[in-house]
Amino acid sequence: MIKFFLMVNKQGQTRLSRYYEHVEINKRTMLEAEVIKNCLSRSKDQCSFIEYKDFKLVYRQYAALFVVVGINETENEMAVYELIHNFVEVLDKYFSRVSELDVSFSVSEIHL
Amino acid sequence: MPAPIRLRELIRTIRTARTQAEEREMIQKECAAIRSSFREEDNTYRCRNVAKLLYMHMLGYPAHFGQLECLKLIASQKFTDKRIGYLGAMLLLDERQDVHLLMTNCIKNDLNHSTQYVQGLALCTLGCMGSSEMCRDLAGEVEKLLKTSNSYLRKKAALCAVHVIRKVPELMEMFLPATKNLLNEKNHGVLHTSVVLLTEMCERSPDMLAHFRKVSLVPQLVRILKNLIMSGYSPEHDVSGISDPFLQVRILRLLRILGRNDDDSSEAMNDILAQVATNTETSKNVGNAILYETVLTIMDIKSESGLRVLAINILGRFLLNNDKNIRYVALTSLLKTVQTDHNAVQRHRSTIVDCLKDLDVSIKRRAMELSFALVNGNNVRGMMKELLYFLDSCEPEFKADCASGIFLAAEKYAPSKRWHIDTIMRVLTTAGSYVRDDAVPNLIQLITNSVEMHAYTVQRLYKAILGDYSQQPLVQVASWCIGEYGDLLVSGQCEEEEPIQVTEDEVLDILESVLISNMSASVTRGYALTAIMKLSTRFTCTVNRIKKVVSIYGSSIDVELQQRAVEYNALFKKYDHMRPALLERMPVMEKVTTNGPTEIVQTNGETEPAVLETKPPPPGLQPDSQENDLLDLLGESYITPVIPTAPTSKPVSAGGELLDLLGDLNLTGSPVSAPAPQIAQPPFLLDGLSSRPLFNDNAAGIPSITAYNKNGLKIDFTFERSNTNPSVTVITIQASNSTELDMTDFVFQAAVPKTFQLQLLSPSSSVIPAFNSGTITQVIKVLNPQKQQLRMRIKLTYNHKGSAMQDLAEVNNFPPQSWQ
Repeated sequence: MIKFFLMVNKQGQTRLSRYYEHVEINKRTMLEAEVIKNCLSRSKDQCSFIEYKDFKLVYRQYAALFVVVGINETENEMAVYELIHNFVEVLDKYFSRVSELDVSFSVSEIHL
Repeated sequence: MPAPIRLRELIRTIRTARTQAEEREMIQKECAAIRSSFREEDNTYRCRNVAKLLYMHMLGYPAHFGQLECLKLIASQKFTDKRIGYLGAMLLLDERQDVHLLMTNCIKNDLNHSTQYVQGLALCTLGCMGSSEMCRDLAGEVEKLLKTSNSYLRKKAALCAVHVIRKVPELMEMFLPATKNLLNEKNHGVLHTSVVLLTEMCERSPDMLAHFRKVSLVPQLVRILKNLIMSGYSPEHDVSGISDPFLQVRILRLLRILGRNDDDSSEAMNDILAQVATNTETSKNVGNAILYETVLTIMDIKSESGLRVLAINILGRFLLNNDKNIRYVALTSLLKTVQTDHNAVQRHRSTIVDCLKDLDVSIKRRAMELSFALVNGNNVRGMMKELLYFLDSCEPEFKADCASGIFLAAEKYAPSKRWHIDTIMRVLTTAGSYVRDDAVPNLIQLITNSVEMHAYTVQRLYKAILGDYSQQPLVQVASWCIGEYGDLLVSGQCEEEEPIQVTEDEVLDILESVLISNMSASVTRGYALTAIMKLSTRFTCTVNRIKKVVSIYGSSIDVELQQRAVEYNALFKKYDHMRPALLERMPVMEKVTTNGPTEIVQTNGETEPAVLETKPPPPGLQPDSQENDLLDLLGESYITPVIPTAPTSKPVSAGGELLDLLGDLNLTGSPVSAPAPQIAQPPFLLDGLSSRPLFNDNAAGIPSITAYNKNGLKIDFTFERSNTNPSVTVITIQASNSTELDMTDFVFQAAVPKTFQLQLLSPSSSVIPAFNSGTITQVIKVLNPQKQQLRMRIKLTYNHKGSAMQDLAEVNNFPPQSWQ
């Protein structure tokens, strides 16, 4: 099951966040900061799946933006990896060559 | 009031903020503006304000005051308002707020709206945050929508149904009839969501599962999957060459659930799984994702063996792939399958071991776990080498786990004791500080059990801490061993390796530096002090130095050390005669696997002097010391079998007296002289000893005799023999004093001819009061297998009237019943 879906940039600013489980609002910022710290510390050769607390993170980097999805054990990690890519391609089509700015400014549209 | 700024403006302004404080300021200003605008009930700009509020919420600022506004938006007729309203509801509201119930009516109306997009919005929101009450109320509407012909709505309705089922499992039956036609759709969206719905139903309820199996869901799914694979290029579903991989993965997952533990379904799936496995392209990640899911499915259902081999081969291929993700995935699944298909996984052992050297942390962890699972008797040497190398170079967070794993594996599969000890040494020296605390007693037990390796072990340990004594577990084990086997170290007896020349002073130097060093933990110091104390019996020339060290620590600040030092001091001063017996070698410990605490008690048996000081002779002595004495009795051979009968039931043997008895006695028949033949005999002695009935039978039959009567000292013998073991005679002596002064420090010793065996138990006291006012009682057990005439030579020493007296006598007047 997907727990959350985040798009965070390298400086740690959240561009998009969607939680599918209830998480306290102050915990959310902490969670996002920690997650991005974990992802930033990885080099390019390293695996895209990180084990974090009791669930897994699947992340993918597109230029300066990280797309991070938190999943639990029942999900197929590779399928989620593909899902991320698919999502980004959709955004690309929608905004025609999407960039981070597009994401920041059209948050509500992306949500739906 | 000027029109509130647009969302884009807001975002732009926030982006210009340089610091967190600036940003907070801007946001607060904007919040205030929004709040006042809400109060004014401004309809036109409400949606803009709520959008801004949502953005601020995403950044992490509190936005709960907007909840009611969202409701108002939902109720309005404009689509944009509804959109933002529902989004707000999804993000800001959940079951915990009371406000959400107000939404129920709105959603109900919207579910019946004419525009499909509005209906879609409502379904989305319900599926996202509907509480159980809402779900119950609206489930009927959802079900109706599940049956419409509009595919856009159908797929949303299916997802909403999933949520409803999760919240209110009882409603599952309601959706059952609708599912019948779901799989007949052409639209992939609907197919996908309906597969999700079916998956959820099957996972939740075994009845549903059985139902679906009967309804032959499997053939339907197989058909769909086949179409997906076989069909040519379809642009709307294509993802880098494979059509709709997401649907494929979902179907495979559902097949897995259906086929688990069910032979028929598994059989129906075999072909299609094989087809997917062979036909999918592996060059792209997509293909690999599908293959991964296929492998998981094959492993879970009751597939035939050919298919399983195929699956493991796929995993093996994954391992060789360069892409890290794939390798990670392969290692994870191999870990799951190693229990069932052990041999197949063994084939890939070398690749797995290579993964240990990878740079990536996740991969290393997986590879380590898998390697431990793969170690068996054949490959243990090679695997250990790799694992030790890994231990050297891995991150600290792994070291503890790796060390424990290595110990476990070494214990189970060690090919030889020397190899085992070497491995342990290696682990202690490389990852010494990360070894878990409970490993130390286990190691000590292991070392004690490998008797022939003692010299080698202690030599290596000594060399190891010579250089560096900062790793606590290593130092603890080393000081314990040096304490126990210090004499072997000094005498240079090691056969396995070049013996090193070590003097007693050097050994004491090292132990003292451990005691003094700031790096040593309190526990380690305790170990070192006890070791020094034990060496006082093993070493010959440095006893004074040891005495000095011990007395220094009598005033140490650490309470534990102080107590130990004080007790040891007392041992030197008042109980010196008991010292050798107490500090003798530890016997071979029985393997008690889960009994951690008792083992530790045994290990520290020699700190029991505290018990002794209270009363001589000590009744409650630890089993160790008893076994020590028994071992001494049987000639100081360490290779005695572990004595299984409960020593505690025996009456206690006094340490010092017995040793002195055996030391002085070179008379005939003393058991000390011939250690080898004794080994067969302990059972007899013990049999005789531990069976209590001895004292019950035949007590009155045998007359008692006076064995000695001189200078006021009279010793009487009373006999008992047992029916069960006729070769054992139990003699109770009673010594009485008819003079007018007490006899103190009374010691009774006895020796018997070679064909007999003797055991002397502890006397009741060492003082015989004057005027026959009291007696000393002592028990002697004689083993007489050949039923020869009993003869005994006795030696008495005592202090009387201020002078030491000593006498030898022979006792020949044993009644025939005592030995026939």
